[in-house]
Amino acid sequence: MEHLALDALAAFILLNAVIGMVTYVTLLERKFAARMQSRIGPYRVGPHGLLQPIADALKLMMKEDIVPRAADRWVYNLAPIVFLIPCVLIFATIPFAPRLGLADLNIGVLFFLAVSSLEIVGLFMGGWGSNNKYALLSAMRAVNQIISYDLPFVFAALIPVVLAGSLQMSAIVAAQQGLWFVAYPVIGQLGFVAFLVATLAAENRVPFDILEAESELVAGFRVEYSGMKFAIIQLGEYAHMIASSFLGALLFLGGWLGPGSDIPAIGVLWFLLKAMLVFLVVTWVRWSFVRIRVDQILAVSWKLLLPATLGLLLVTAFWVALRGGAGA
Amino acid sequence: MADSESRKVIELGYGGNERLVMNMGPQHPSAHGVFRAILTLEGETVVAVDAVIGYLHRCHEKLGEMLTYVQYPTIASKTDYVAAMTAELAYVTAVEKVASFEVPKRAQYLRVIVAELQRIASHCLWLGTWCLDMGGALGGGATVFLYCIRERELILDLFESLTGARLLYGFHQVGGTRYDIPPGWAQTCRETIALIEQRLDEYEAMLEDNAFFLVRTQGVGVISATLAQEVGVSGPLARGSGIDFDLRRAEPYSSYQDFDFKVPVETAGDCYARYRVRMVEFRESIKIVRQALDGLPEGPISSRPGVKSVGQVRVPKGEGYARVEGARGEIGFYIVADGGPKPYRMKVRGASFSNLAILPHIIPGCKVADVVAIMGSVDPVFGEVDR
Repeated sequence: MEHLALDALAAFILLNAVIGMVTYVTLLERKFAARMQSRIGPYRVGPHGLLQPIADALKLMMKEDIVPRAADRWVYNLAPIVFLIPCVLIFATIPFAPRLGLADLNIGVLFFLAVSSLEIVGLFMGGWGSNNKYALLSAMRAVNQIISYDLPFVFAALIPVVLAGSLQMSAIVAAQQGLWFVAYPVIGQLGFVAFLVATLAAENRVPFDILEAESELVAGFRVEYSGMKFAIIQLGEYAHMIASSFLGALLFLGGWLGPGSDIPAIGVLWFLLKAMLVFLVVTWVRWSFVRIRVDQILAVSWKLLLPATLGLLLVTAFWVALRGGAGA
Repeated sequence: MADSESRKVIELGYGGNERLVMNMGPQHPSAHGVFRAILTLEGETVVAVDAVIGYLHRCHEKLGEMLTYVQYPTIASKTDYVAAMTAELAYVTAVEKVASFEVPKRAQYLRVIVAELQRIASHCLWLGTWCLDMGGALGGGATVFLYCIRERELILDLFESLTGARLLYGFHQVGGTRYDIPPGWAQTCRETIALIEQRLDEYEAMLEDNAFFLVRTQGVGVISATLAQEVGVSGPLARGSGIDFDLRRAEPYSSYQDFDFKVPVETAGDCYARYRVRMVEFRESIKIVRQALDGLPEGPISSRPGVKSVGQVRVPKGEGYARVEGARGEIGFYIVADGGPKPYRMKVRGASFSNLAILPHIIPGCKVADVVAIMGSVDPVFGEVDR
């Protein structure tokens, strides 16, 4: 019983940490984008705009919640929650430092990949339930895109798994004790780039954000959402993105490894630093590319990324076999 | 062109026969004003488009009959509010032609300077909004947009110190210009265009080295030279389709024959060709401004006295048409004068209006995302379309 209470407490802390992180990551992104565009960014609310995310959240909470008359009420109202749950659930398997995580499953990577692709259900529900043509078109695109990009995403994520010989996150980090996987000649770099591209696509970020596509579809599947429901969708999206950044840091950048990482606090710092680095790369790409078209997106996935990641995975597997076993 | 072809509908081999009719506009993030395109979709492919205009109609031609020759130039700038200088210029040129008024050489050069600066400013806004259409308000497009707006601001600052206004200027008057350049303005202007010239290289590097930009623009929205001539598009659209025609060279007005500049022509006819034409036009405009500043003659800026009353310009009975090369193409004014202080009748030929007519010919068969890319590359200003 005591054990259960402790677990619940840990989950509560993690959930709130995720929400706090998401709100402040939006500020980071806005500041970063502003610098790229020779602007200052949020500056008025609090010192250097530090209270801006809180103001945003308050604003969204106070907005009127509108349900379109033609919407399928059940599906429409349920969609944000269904969307949010997998996005937050994936944090459960992420270890922030040795033994500092909710559940270091022995199939951690598999769990992450499986659950994160569940977000499409909520997304499609939102697009369908809104009964809006823009939203419907966007939901169709989302299904297309996520089906196409999950495979390369999985293959790219499997490269470190093969190198480490384990699906457990902490074991993968431990296997990078000598050399981070991103530093492995050729395989590591190509794998990391493929992982980043697949992440961008799986998270629907620019240049693959065809389902949001505000210049064509206004806001895509969430065009009819307002107030707190909109905030929940936004929260889910950013949570998913941060989780993927964490995964990138764990799989390729050696997780919490770094000078002084024997002390858990410093390990966590290293880990957050690396994850934010991945996040900023994603943001950098976002603010410098134009969006590509839906047919081109599918072509990139099936004709380029899928064979490339599959080939890379095979090469990695051969190499590991030649080396005579996985591990550090 | 036959009537049946004016609205092209293509048939696709699509399993089901459910078609989705989707409204794009009049309230839409990439409508560039108030434009409504009724798209018929089969999946992601557009099979037909109905273009609806008229949401911004303000009776400009009637206004032209009601206002005097002194008053109307400031209103003419409200037709194409993104390139107000050239719209004014077209009106006063038409009046001067009908009335046979002389324009002093200095005024002609000043007109060329502001018209070319206006072209740069207008193309800046076009490049920014076009990238915004393709890359989204929350993506790389916004970055290009903000860079372009930054450069456009510099030119608006120049106009502000020249006329006191930033959007609608009232710089031209019948017989010349209303203002002369203030001291130090020429130097500021040189510095500004030098800076913009340098930044143009950055845009080209950012866009042309970007594979995503290329796949979105190359081969999209191809206008053949024949189609361009049949529909009557002008400006960068026509030049992007291989039609070597520029009014500044074909029918020089306001001393354009004194300047040395190239007219860019691309033959591909796609969005990328139109982009290239405009990028070269940026540089040619900068060249023209430099030449005009170098050769700016001394003398009066107007052959007519300064404005004292609204009825002071009277045009003898007669009629005539004058056209200038605006940022978007040919802007023409037809004026029928009856001897009084107001024209009897006025007709405006808006460049965007004629250019927009190309949409139903090139959009069917494209994807939804191409619609906004094509719309952006046509660069319509709805003040000029609806007038």
